Amino acid sequence: MGSHAAGGSQAPPTATAGGGETQRTHVAFIFYPSIGIVVFAFDKFINSHGLLMLLFHTNRYPYVTGTSVIALKYKDGVIMACDTGASYGSTLRYKSVERIKAVGKHSLIGASGEFSDFQEILRYLDELTLSDHMWDDGNSLGPKEIHSYLTRVMYNRRNKFDPLWNSLVLGGVKKGPKGDEKYLGMVNMIGTHFEENHVATGFGNHLAIPILRAEWREDMSFEEAVKLVEKCLLVLLYRDRSSINKFQIAKITTEGSTIYPPYSLKTYWGFSHFENPAQGAVGSW
Amino acid sequence: MSSIGTGYDLSVTTFSPDGRVFQVEYATKAVDNSGTVVGIKCKDGIVLGVEKLVTSKMMLEGSNRRIHSVHRHSGLAVAGLAADGRQIVSRAKSEAASYEKVYGEAISVKELADRVASYVHLCTLYWWLRPFGCGVILGGYDRDGPQLYMIEPSGVSYKYFGAALGKGRQAAKTEIEKLKLSELTCREGIVEVAKIIYGVHDEAKDKAFELELSWVCDESNRQHQKVPNDLLEQAKAAAQAALEEMDAD
Repeated sequence: MGSHAAGGSQAPPTATAGGGETQRTHVAFIFYPSIGIVVFAFDKFINSHGLLMLLFHTNRYPYVTGTSVIALKYKDGVIMACDTGASYGSTLRYKSVERIKAVGKHSLIGASGEFSDFQEILRYLDELTLSDHMWDDGNSLGPKEIHSYLTRVMYNRRNKFDPLWNSLVLGGVKKGPKGDEKYLGMVNMIGTHFEENHVATGFGNHLAIPILRAEWREDMSFEEAVKLVEKCLLVLLYRDRSSINKFQIAKITTEGSTIYPPYSLKTYWGFSHFENPAQGAVGSW
Repeated sequence: MSSIGTGYDLSVTTFSPDGRVFQVEYATKAVDNSGTVVGIKCKDGIVLGVEKLVTSKMMLEGSNRRIHSVHRHSGLAVAGLAADGRQIVSRAKSEAASYEKVYGEAISVKELADRVASYVHLCTLYWWLRPFGCGVILGGYDRDGPQLYMIEPSGVSYKYFGAALGKGRQAAKTEIEKLKLSELTCREGIVEVAKIIYGVHDEAKDKAFELELSWVCDESNRQHQKVPNDLLEQAKAAAQAALEEMDAD
């Protein structure tokens, strides 16, 4: 099939690549007689070995994003929570999106970051659980396996310089050789991943983790866990401008997963620091 | 087969003077010698059953499965060459997956049967391919309810209330015709299918066999899966009891 570049344009320099060569994002138009015009973006730079590199990518920046997800292990399983907002840039554009979903029989996934990428990830997971179901051999993928899979997907996409712009939380319970095994892990857009007793993404990583470190216990009841989660959510609601007062809590135990309907928390905005934030602040303004 | 030895049977792309394609007929022979495969449409779902002939006593029980899931709501039972069958199963799986990816909903049983049939038929059109040595019975559940299709090595596919392939197909079909399929539930259906398979099994000629049963019905949440073990054992017991009763008469 014959093809030829019909045009091109350059965006301003975005970053400096190895060798001091300026990295630029280009947009190319290629005319295919049978398909029409195909537009795609790529970075062009000289790498450290002096080779001309072209990196193709679909999506550079996130558009619609969700904010923090919080999750912790408690006595019977894992509890996960987040708000139901999604921002278009910094505008709070969508108010009831679900960012926590069940995966297979034993897991819950929660996502912050680009919402469309999360939907794509859910499609991947759907395919994964379907092929698992079709084996029909009495085995099923547990949270550990799903987390491992997501880890590979996220790291692979980051290595293509085309990351899925999310921080994902994966929690679950599955019967193992040592009885019921609770699992809670995280993976982010660059593929970094770990397991923890309590995790929080985004702003939650700064504001909720200190609270969780101070107050989390292994043997918390569900009620205690909900209280702790709500405390974190409230702090985030006060200080994270992209959060909204509409929350969803979900739990997963050996009985399966439950995602509760959204609800609001009671707020109090009468604190003196809220009324006069500049009071006592050191600085020129 | 009077025309054997008269030529015209080396390629799937050559007709005989009286308009037959012998390679396809030979493929059909491979299916006819296989263990019996039965599928019935009950009022609330589909039951598939296979008489899986066990070639060796040392083989692990449950291996070489002949019923496969191809999507959440549909399954495929294979008669004939098992390896050819797996090729069809993997095609059916990828067709079902790609349909869902494109249209965002599960493939209908009719569409799946059509696509699988086209694939089977494709292998009867080129000299460098041989036709599949297997026939398949496809059962599924979609918005139009439970449906059953049978696809033969020639690539034809028809919709059935009850279908049978393999050695005991004639006897099996007469037994299926006696059933009141419009009133039968799948729970009763698995027992009937078990009875048919046990009934057509020729103990004198054949080696041991293993009964494989699957269903898609309301009870299985409209998902295609193996019949649960307790129900399978009950069905086997009922089939054996019926067989002994017949022998006693």
